[in-house]
Amino acid sequence: MASVSVIKPKARLSNSNILFLIAAVIFVLMYIFALISYPASFMQFQTFFDLFNLNAPLIIMTLGLCIVMIGGGIDISIGSVCGLITMACAVFLESKSGSIGGAILIALGIGIAFGILQGYLIAYLEIQPFIITLSGLFLAQGLLTTLHKDPINVTMPAFVALRDFDIVINWLGTKNRLGIFIPCEIKPGAIIVVILLVILASLMKWSRFGRNVYAVGGNSHSAMMLGINVKRTIFITYVISGLTAGIAGFVYIMTTGAGNVGNAAGAEMKAIASAIIGGTLLNGGVGNLLGAPIGTLTLLIINELIRAAGVQSNFQAMVSGLLLYFFIVLQSIIMSLRDRRKFSVSLPPWLRLSDKAQKSSQT
Amino acid sequence: MRKLIQTFSHLFLPLSVMILLIIINLIKGADYFSISLVNGALYGNIPNILFGASELVILSIGMTLVTAASRGQDISIGESATITSAVFVMFVLQASEVTLFTIVIAFLLSCVVGLALGAFNGTLVSVFKVQPMVASLILFTGGRSIAFMIDGKLSPILANDISNQIGTVIPGVPIQTPIILTVVFIVLVAVLFKTTTLKLYVEAVGINPNAARLNGINPKKIIFLTFLIMGVCSAVAGFIAVNKAGRHDSVNLLKLIMMDAILAVAIGGNSLGGGKFSITGSIIGAYTIEMLNRTLLRLEIEPAMIKVFKAIFIIILMVVASPVVRVFAKKTLDRVRNWRSPSSQSAKLTTTNIPTRKEQ
Repeated sequence: MASVSVIKPKARLSNSNILFLIAAVIFVLMYIFALISYPASFMQFQTFFDLFNLNAPLIIMTLGLCIVMIGGGIDISIGSVCGLITMACAVFLESKSGSIGGAILIALGIGIAFGILQGYLIAYLEIQPFIITLSGLFLAQGLLTTLHKDPINVTMPAFVALRDFDIVINWLGTKNRLGIFIPCEIKPGAIIVVILLVILASLMKWSRFGRNVYAVGGNSHSAMMLGINVKRTIFITYVISGLTAGIAGFVYIMTTGAGNVGNAAGAEMKAIASAIIGGTLLNGGVGNLLGAPIGTLTLLIINELIRAAGVQSNFQAMVSGLLLYFFIVLQSIIMSLRDRRKFSVSLPPWLRLSDKAQKSSQT
Repeated sequence: MRKLIQTFSHLFLPLSVMILLIIINLIKGADYFSISLVNGALYGNIPNILFGASELVILSIGMTLVTAASRGQDISIGESATITSAVFVMFVLQASEVTLFTIVIAFLLSCVVGLALGAFNGTLVSVFKVQPMVASLILFTGGRSIAFMIDGKLSPILANDISNQIGTVIPGVPIQTPIILTVVFIVLVAVLFKTTTLKLYVEAVGINPNAARLNGINPKKIIFLTFLIMGVCSAVAGFIAVNKAGRHDSVNLLKLIMMDAILAVAIGGNSLGGGKFSITGSIIGAYTIEMLNRTLLRLEIEPAMIKVFKAIFIIILMVVASPVVRVFAKKTLDRVRNWRSPSSQSAKLTTTNIPTRKEQ
């Protein structure tokens, strides 16, 4: 009768949670592996913080993309929009009337404008999201090259001060080769990542809107039958994605301090890959926002590991593709085994995941 | 006649776009259709479009099938083409003497590699039930570095007469060879669809895989087959592209062509969510995209602005073709008809023989 008890709906982990669990376990295993094999670099706290410091824009973009993907859509324009924003901010900051507040407004404005345009076309005119966001990508790239072609290095004093601003943790740090103590540094971008993560994750977890997004992504027809405003929900997901792209653009220029045509190029594919590793399915309805940073960090640690191992640069892409292959196949095997319900039953009783979850949920 | 109208109704979108572009071009200059003979080959706007779009057409045929059967897109086609063409180039270069036979063998070898790559993606999609876009993301990430490994980072140059002729013109034939190859490929695909039930099966799987399975069609097999065809398509496209370019550039060969191929499928009036499809529409869509690119160049728009105009054009196109606008247009058309109707209806009543029938 074990199988009957397994079927109980409350007892089973939801797909979102099990995919998130897989992602988290893989991340922890990867990090432990990195610690063991390259203790010299990975033991330093700064290495861990640098993952956040240098890749904050990617994590922020992935958060927005995850929401869109949970809603059943896709947004491939985010990387180019982010690049456009860095260039727009750089041009604005270098002009006479430049100010940091204005730059933030520009960044958010452009992001939200793209979000509203794409969201309206996709949600209310029912056009395929891939095509619309693809043309959004073209539009952003075209506007970027129209705006300015050459790299701009922002020299405005107030902005340079902001760029070089670090939060220094004195009690955490490492000694370098000469024995001088170097405290850890955290960039403001990493703080923004954490704040956004908390806000968006709680929005998706507990608010009415977040639950609507899951319902719409799972099955938009039944969501409509339940009285959810499907079109508005989809529209808002794209606006949020545009907003996060805007924030990511500002964080990007805050870390690099320069506007360049190649900024954040190809970030959309990286964001999609990390969202998938983090356990968000492309069909929608399944995913956990906490998986977004975990997916990004897993991808980054893979790259760091490859770099630390001294693999030739042209093999890096190949190895990361191979690892991606393992993740995807692993996810799919676990999902299909779960669907057949043989996986948990065939395991010895003390290993049954669903039974354990059932007991914990009942108590 | 009604059948003809039905077959043309789904080609309405791509054809109207094409006609619109031709009109824009004619306004710009009346010599749009002029064709000149240079070195025994035809040159002009139309041959250039046919020449430039040849890889895109072949790839969009494969993309249509993949989209229809698996309800997703393969984003690794450019990378697959790069790998297959790397194999082709290395095989040709290691041969001591390049004859037509070597080229054919090398081409067949690259087709086999293409089949293998298609099988890789197809296995992931059909057996492991991974989304096509995710499955092809793997090859998209690693594909170009595999091509680097094969061609040894040196971007080898194809300097022999035969591949030069394949890339440009065969002496004595007035049409560029890529155009001929594309036409041959299209004819082969058309024969395949005429003689087999592939189209019906693919559509059945795309519309509802479970229903197809209950009717005795194996969805896994059909999806796998479409990916194999996609692999062959990318091998042929890579073959044409590398012969056109004359050297194998692993970084830039057919870069980001999947975007254009997906766009061609969408402009061709096909749903990106699978189901019914029209290869003709995709082919016209692919030529339309090339025509659009060349029109923007011909209008002497700044190179920096070209992408903006392309994006605006696509957005307007998709808005016009979107279901909501279509329903709205139909309603307004009906309203206009009803508004005009009182006079016409009364005229109809007098002319038709309904009252006389009633009397009988």
